[in-house]
Amino acid sequence: CNTTKRKENVKSHHMTPSNILQEKTVPLNGNSISQIYSGDSSSTTTGSASPVPNSYESLEGGGYSGTSLQSPPAGVPAKQAPPFGYNYPTMHPAYQQSPAPKPDPSPSHGGYNPPGYQPYSQVLTLLSSALGGLSGVSELEAETLRPMNLLQERNILPPKRAPPPEPNLSNDLRKVNCSPDTFRCTLTNIPQTQALLNKARLPLGLLLHPFRDLTQLPVITSNTIVRCRSCRTYINPFVSFLDQRRWKCNLCYRVNDVPDEFMYNPVTRSYGEPHKRPEVQNSTVEFIASSDYMLRPPQPAVYLFLLDVSHNAVESGYLNVFCQSLLDNLEKLPGDTRTHIGFVTFDSTVHFYNLQEGLSQPQMLVVSDIDDVFIPTHDSLLVNLKESKELVKDLLNALPGMFTHTRETQSALGPALQVAYKLMSPTGGRVSVFQTQLPTLGAGLLQSREDPNLRSSTKNVQHLGPATDFYKKLALDCSGQQIGVDLFLLSSQYSDLATLACVSKYSAGGVFYYPSFHHIHNTAQRQKFQKDLQRYLTRKIGFEAVMRIRCTKGLSIHTFHGNFFVRSTDLLSLANVNPDSGFAVQMSIEESLADTSLACFQAALLYTSSKGKRRIRVHTLCLPVVSQLSEVFAGADIQAISCLLANMAIDRSISSSLSDARDALVNAVVDCLTAYRANGSNIQPSGLIAPAALRLFPLYVLALLKQKALRTGTSTRLDERVFSMCELKSQPLQQIMHMVHPDLYRIDNMTELAALHLNDSVIPQPPLLQLTAEKLTREGAFLMDCGSVMYLWVGKCCNEMFICDVLGFPNYASLPSNMTEIPELQTTYSERTRAFISWLLESRTFHPAFHVVKDDASTKTSFFQHLVEDRTESAFSYYEFLLHVQQQMSK
Amino acid sequence: MAFTFAAFCYMLALLLTAALIFFAIWHIIAFDELKTDYKNPIDQCNTLNPTVDRVKKIKRVRLALKLVLPEYLIHVFFCVMFLCAAEWLTLGLNMPLLSYHIWRYMSRPVMSGPGLYDPTTIMNADILAYCQKEGWCKLAFYLLSFFYYLYGMIYVLVSS
Repeated sequence: CNTTKRKENVKSHHMTPSNILQEKTVPLNGNSISQIYSGDSSSTTTGSASPVPNSYESLEGGGYSGTSLQSPPAGVPAKQAPPFGYNYPTMHPAYQQSPAPKPDPSPSHGGYNPPGYQPYSQVLTLLSSALGGLSGVSELEAETLRPMNLLQERNILPPKRAPPPEPNLSNDLRKVNCSPDTFRCTLTNIPQTQALLNKARLPLGLLLHPFRDLTQLPVITSNTIVRCRSCRTYINPFVSFLDQRRWKCNLCYRVNDVPDEFMYNPVTRSYGEPHKRPEVQNSTVEFIASSDYMLRPPQPAVYLFLLDVSHNAVESGYLNVFCQSLLDNLEKLPGDTRTHIGFVTFDSTVHFYNLQEGLSQPQMLVVSDIDDVFIPTHDSLLVNLKESKELVKDLLNALPGMFTHTRETQSALGPALQVAYKLMSPTGGRVSVFQTQLPTLGAGLLQSREDPNLRSSTKNVQHLGPATDFYKKLALDCSGQQIGVDLFLLSSQYSDLATLACVSKYSAGGVFYYPSFHHIHNTAQRQKFQKDLQRYLTRKIGFEAVMRIRCTKGLSIHTFHGNFFVRSTDLLSLANVNPDSGFAVQMSIEESLADTSLACFQAALLYTSSKGKRRIRVHTLCLPVVSQLSEVFAGADIQAISCLLANMAIDRSISSSLSDARDALVNAVVDCLTAYRANGSNIQPSGLIAPAALRLFPLYVLALLKQKALRTGTSTRLDERVFSMCELKSQPLQQIMHMVHPDLYRIDNMTELAALHLNDSVIPQPPLLQLTAEKLTREGAFLMDCGSVMYLWVGKCCNEMFICDVLGFPNYASLPSNMTEIPELQTTYSERTRAFISWLLESRTFHPAFHVVKDDASTKTSFFQHLVEDRTESAFSYYEFLLHVQQQMSK
Repeated sequence: MAFTFAAFCYMLALLLTAALIFFAIWHIIAFDELKTDYKNPIDQCNTLNPTVDRVKKIKRVRLALKLVLPEYLIHVFFCVMFLCAAEWLTLGLNMPLLSYHIWRYMSRPVMSGPGLYDPTTIMNADILAYCQKEGWCKLAFYLLSFFYYLYGMIYVLVSS
């Protein structure tokens, strides 16, 4: 949905010049909401002037034409472009009048400047003093650099969820650049040298969500996929065409020939326009790969379900939910006629199910020798789903009842996984493991390592790493055979997730955790499990995948974060790839980028689709290179920085210790703000000064320190902590940001003022509130969106109209304490509330658990722990944290 | 001039150090190959099953990673020999490396088999750079100690 909206907005760039000028006069806060939401802000439209060139060479389109900021983007041959690369020649006069027709700003603040902001003239005076010598900075760039005293300015939170900063590129390049939802860099202005990067004290890295569900994706079928001959980069919008027959790679600068086939454009059916091909017009494309890209015929979709059926599992009742969910979604499992499916259950023994077509009912085979587990029969354990559908259905209907009276409490997970590996290795595919307790038998058995008394210790947290490398080794074997393992842990007791998660971590799977799951007593968890399963079973899947990340010569990849196996310095091996996993990459600058003005990153994901097609999805991101420290600060993408720091902190807490990781996070803020202060802001010597682009940095770091993964002092179960770590490492950026810094809205008094109108439904837009109890009132109802869970907090004196209209109860006292959904009532206010909530969930793939929290209920703590700006007995409040940072800085 | 036990120790150490130098070189080459692997463009499409060339390379890397334990054992072995021969100075010179080896092996990742390197973290740039540096330092140390043992051997032979 977002993509289409972006498209709409891109169109606005094509409007006639007069229109654009009109838009330019629109005040920043007077923009319509839809524009703000679409991630494109008014400042983008105003900034259609291309930057002024800084060298004459680049004007000719020769030299580094494709890589210099001024030159037209690759899609347009140099000769067609007007001088200076302006898109709208008629606009010149207007822009010449403006004070600084300098490079486009990269505003992160664009659409959300609240009316209460300082007037512009004041900003300009500030700016002139702050940036004395820096003449090459435009007003709006200065706005992101505007020094702010964090100790004084309380309202630093934007009223809307902030769009990521736009890179400072010419309009043509910006238009084709990769969507920030897919590909994001922590610094939208890449520093020229490692020395400059070190000076800024900010991490350089990429946040990727490569297999995201897309509504629009150009798919290209051609015999030859055009790639650079030396670095094998796929042709992309940021290459430059030297003439009709040659193009220059934007990563290694090699000049390549344009093959004959590429001269023909299938879209316009014309010949001789290679720059109009979809590959060169879109930064996200998908190729259908030829047999050169496979070493064996594309594998079929193969799904194996490994189910725990011990007493504990039966007690929790997950089998009913699972079997029902799978029955409902059997038709929707991604795949084709070759799709295979199989089931293995285990307690102290391992049970197989023969589902051979023609049998009257499924046949259960039990292997009790778990020390040397073997496959009892070879051909009929994984069966073709289409041929044996009836038997599969029979089995799923029978499974929940088969073990109801089991007395077996042991769990032989290790042997079951070993046999799953054996079963799957000829084809590869996906293994989904459902486990409800600590594995206690056979290979890979584990002991409880958690000491409940240490849950809230402020000292070091032990046992964050694996206890044995059995699961890791198994995962590496699986990865080698293209088997991905997804782990669902539904356990109320300690199950050593730190060790078990390894099986998914290194085989590119996912981890799902439902603490204290029970199908009757814990409705919220059951609903979440059901919805997650629904998504899990029907979502897209890619098999036998590899992902390679290439970047401009001079940049190199330092570390990867996520679930995968690193095969080579830039190659990730992903046995399975799913649309819900994100990756982070730390980068370093090995050689100076002084002779280029653009840096590019390309992520290519080669995978087999569930329909047995080999496909390559290519994303290319292009960013400007800068030489000034202030520009590096101006382009900082604080959300991406926080996510990357979170990933680094988790690595640190496992390899070193949790307290080290926490110190490192605090130091990141201290160092960065010190670097900013040292960068010559001689204004306002007192207070804690941060550039506007980084004003949320201390807040986000404080929020990270209060995450389950990294907090100390508050009682946290080891498994929940480890799960939170897994999530931070493998979720895409949006999801992580919701987790780290939830959105809080007051929803009992939403008006239609400034509401969003989308397909004849009205979506109110309450402003974001700071995460502090100060903002809560007993008269209100507040919605907190934490990504995977949502809370609706209802105050004691909440308007009875609201309780009645939205929640369907007459008054506060009659509200039950365990409500988990909003009823569908036919009142205006109910509709409005539900419209708002579903709008929040629109781009979310997993449905969050929903809790209605009463002010006096025991669940209150789980709501209040997310109010990160408040003080807890063991952690700083936001203001205290700022003082702490200031104190550290003055040391 | 007599052939003493100390002289024998030095001779043995000389030979073994030659082997260690070979190990160190192998180690450096292996990590370099790991690091520069991406420069080989041919294997882009051969990502599923490695080509013969790749298999050879992978085997080489694996062997180098397996040589860790023999290297440590050899070093410990001649340290013990020097201890028996009461060559205190030589032993003292070897102590830092010995203690480094012990520390390195104690702080290795959780593993069921012998070994030092975890395939899942080895590609981390920091660890890779560390291992490369370690290789070069060891090579320098072994080369110097090779000449020192040569000198020590002659000295012992001449002085006794």
